[in-house]
Amino acid sequence: MRRREFLTLSAASIGGVLVYSLDREVFRLSAQTNQSVRIPLRFFTQSEALFVAAAASRIFPSDETGPGAREAGVAVYIDRQLAGPWGRDRYRYTEGPFEGNAPAEFGYQGKATPQQIYRQGLKGLKGFDRLKAEEQDDTLKQIETTLFFSLLRQNTIEGMFCDPMHGGNIDMVGWQLIGFPGPRMSNYDDVDKHFGEAFRPKPASLRQVTRRKVRPGEDLE
Amino acid sequence: MKTLPSVDVVIIGGGWTGLLMAKELGSRTALSVVVLERGGPRKTDDYGDDMDELDYTIRFRMMQDVSQETVTLRHDSSQRALPLRQHGSFLPGSGVGGAGEHWSAVCPRFLPDCFEVLSRTTEKYGSKRLPEDHAIQDWGVTYDELEPHYTRADLLLGISGKAGNIRGQQIEGGNIFEGWRSAEYPTPPTKIPYFSSIFAEAAKSLGYHPYPVPAATTSRAYTNPDGISRPGCTYCGYCETFGCMIGAKSQPTNTLLPVIQKHKNVSIRTGAWVRRIVHDASENKGSARGVIYSDANGQEVFQPAELIFLASWTLNNTRLLLLSGIGKAYDPATRKGSLGRNLTHQVAFSAVTAFFEKPLNRFMGSGASGIMLSDLDGDLFDHSKHPFLRGGALSARSARSLPISECGAVPKSVKSTWGSEWKKAALHYYDRTGRIGFSGEHLAYQDNYMDLDPVYKDHFGDPLLRLTLDWRENERKMADYMTTKAMELAREMGAKEVNPFSGLRSYDATRYQSSHVQGGAIMGSSPESSVVNPYLQHWQLSNLFVLGASSFPQNASANPTPTILALTYRTADAIVDRYLKNPAALA
Repeated sequence: MRRREFLTLSAASIGGVLVYSLDREVFRLSAQTNQSVRIPLRFFTQSEALFVAAAASRIFPSDETGPGAREAGVAVYIDRQLAGPWGRDRYRYTEGPFEGNAPAEFGYQGKATPQQIYRQGLKGLKGFDRLKAEEQDDTLKQIETTLFFSLLRQNTIEGMFCDPMHGGNIDMVGWQLIGFPGPRMSNYDDVDKHFGEAFRPKPASLRQVTRRKVRPGEDLE
Repeated sequence: MKTLPSVDVVIIGGGWTGLLMAKELGSRTALSVVVLERGGPRKTDDYGDDMDELDYTIRFRMMQDVSQETVTLRHDSSQRALPLRQHGSFLPGSGVGGAGEHWSAVCPRFLPDCFEVLSRTTEKYGSKRLPEDHAIQDWGVTYDELEPHYTRADLLLGISGKAGNIRGQQIEGGNIFEGWRSAEYPTPPTKIPYFSSIFAEAAKSLGYHPYPVPAATTSRAYTNPDGISRPGCTYCGYCETFGCMIGAKSQPTNTLLPVIQKHKNVSIRTGAWVRRIVHDASENKGSARGVIYSDANGQEVFQPAELIFLASWTLNNTRLLLLSGIGKAYDPATRKGSLGRNLTHQVAFSAVTAFFEKPLNRFMGSGASGIMLSDLDGDLFDHSKHPFLRGGALSARSARSLPISECGAVPKSVKSTWGSEWKKAALHYYDRTGRIGFSGEHLAYQDNYMDLDPVYKDHFGDPLLRLTLDWRENERKMADYMTTKAMELAREMGAKEVNPFSGLRSYDATRYQSSHVQGGAIMGSSPESSVVNPYLQHWQLSNLFVLGASSFPQNASANPTPTILALTYRTADAIVDRYLKNPAALA
């Protein structure tokens, strides 16, 4: 049994009280406070989670255009994906022989699982969370062409814009940024209107829309 | 191995073709029919909570489990093939309904000359114009013969659209280039979202003839001739890679399954993974005796049957014939053998990613709502001055605008792919980005084919199917030409910046193109050059029929579902009217 590891999300950065609910979703209440929540980690160690959180924040930063990976809880999302079937390569054909140097148009042909790629890649990011932003960017530029970085970048985008049941996009912060309303049962009255103007219904998550406790794929097997 | 009592009919695969055949035989005969589906059961209620891009679009919840079985690929026969370790360029489905559950429901018919590409092209341009290494063949069936069956498919699905040619009468606003139809579409066109509507205007001003995409995401409530009612589409946008939560998108489970379930003579066994078709081996004739499958508990079962339909996904049809040793495998060196030949995909790509000033509200729409144009399809424009044959359709659909898949596309002027500058552009352009798609014909070539892989195995230990597949100059030049046409359209639409398609190089298994990979068990006029006759009946084993797009000698530009349904109807008629009275070769 591994030691329980936690990632602490600070409410201050999001601008409200964070609540970690019984169904393991994080969401925000409106009151201003400095409270924070401790989220149990499934795959990362605490320091790994801090490296990932810091790196994701450089990929999708919090800046003048709005919140980013930190507020969306991207590190929590990635932790859950890695602990789940995707991280264990349940969704890939994993019979050998493996051809490490295959041309790109054949897709990833290596043997390492996402869990292994992250664990290995994070060894190169020791102390990353304590670097200055420019130093962090320089470090990431050096690994930009690696498989680890391409997974990290893709997973960061996923964590920004996934349904909140997956642990990222906390309080639909990503959807609010881009004006995506989440799943809607009907756009019948609007699909051929609002031409040339932004139509931005208030976002709602899958569980809110269906009023069902939909289980995410990472919890199924 | 357990041996079960014999049944009249076994159907391998519970997708569009298998379930349509089951419905027809269930309704029109008293035969005992068993459908063997290797995936799980499905029904519309299952889709009530599937509107999740991560699990369904990114992690492929509805697709064939590639950890158990995939295909291998090489670009030519000198290379060692590698397995496609994750889904990419096409998406095979699994479970009842098959790929017909997660499709976009785009429903055009094939152009009439697609069925006679070899003779029409030779007639017009001479045989020297054909690529030297081509393997193009006529189908052995014509559009005129298929038209009544196309109409039945239209009515079955309630396809929404606007006819452009009713019995030779051209109608403005529809596709004036389409083959004749005996009737208007069963339901009017879908609503047209903003992005598609500006495409329509731009197309008109450039002299094209745009028309609403024919859609099985039906525009209004519809009851088909079987008495099956489906609601109208609500434009939620969750079509491709999803099942429709309300059943507005026609799917085998909402269109065919409810009829089948009324017939006591038809049963569906799920978790039944067919591994071999058992047959009497002889050179020229013989018969299939039944199938061996592994059931949901892993037990091997022999199911004897009088009549067998192989109706799995296209590539899996060819693989099961190869594994069963039915027919002679194609050898590209000698061009002998017919099984596995004429592998084609489609020349399908986003021709232009266009960036606009105004927001497009692209979250609203359906997989098939949009506008397309066929002016550059088939042989509808003179190819004497072009360095390629045939063509395809350009379209502006409102599909695939979900944020994980789409956020991050930025104009080429933005150099970074992460960090503040990229983020700012990604947020700004997320809902200002539209794609003009192209879907074009893929000719058949002697060296594009399928056989069994000598190295890689599935979870049972059976060899995987090996694809030997690459593009030729015809496809590359077609792609370049269509990209320039799409650029003109995007500029006419008022796009501020345009990222053109980078061109076809080697076949790229990581870029989704379409799920229309065809051929391998093709139809034709002789057993030397085809696997099945024009009634989809196996040339050697007259009680075996191979349904679906594995029968296409080469691919058309259009989506295949109406065509495979029409071919299946035609086969069902031949079975009921002729074969059951005299079980022998139909051609």
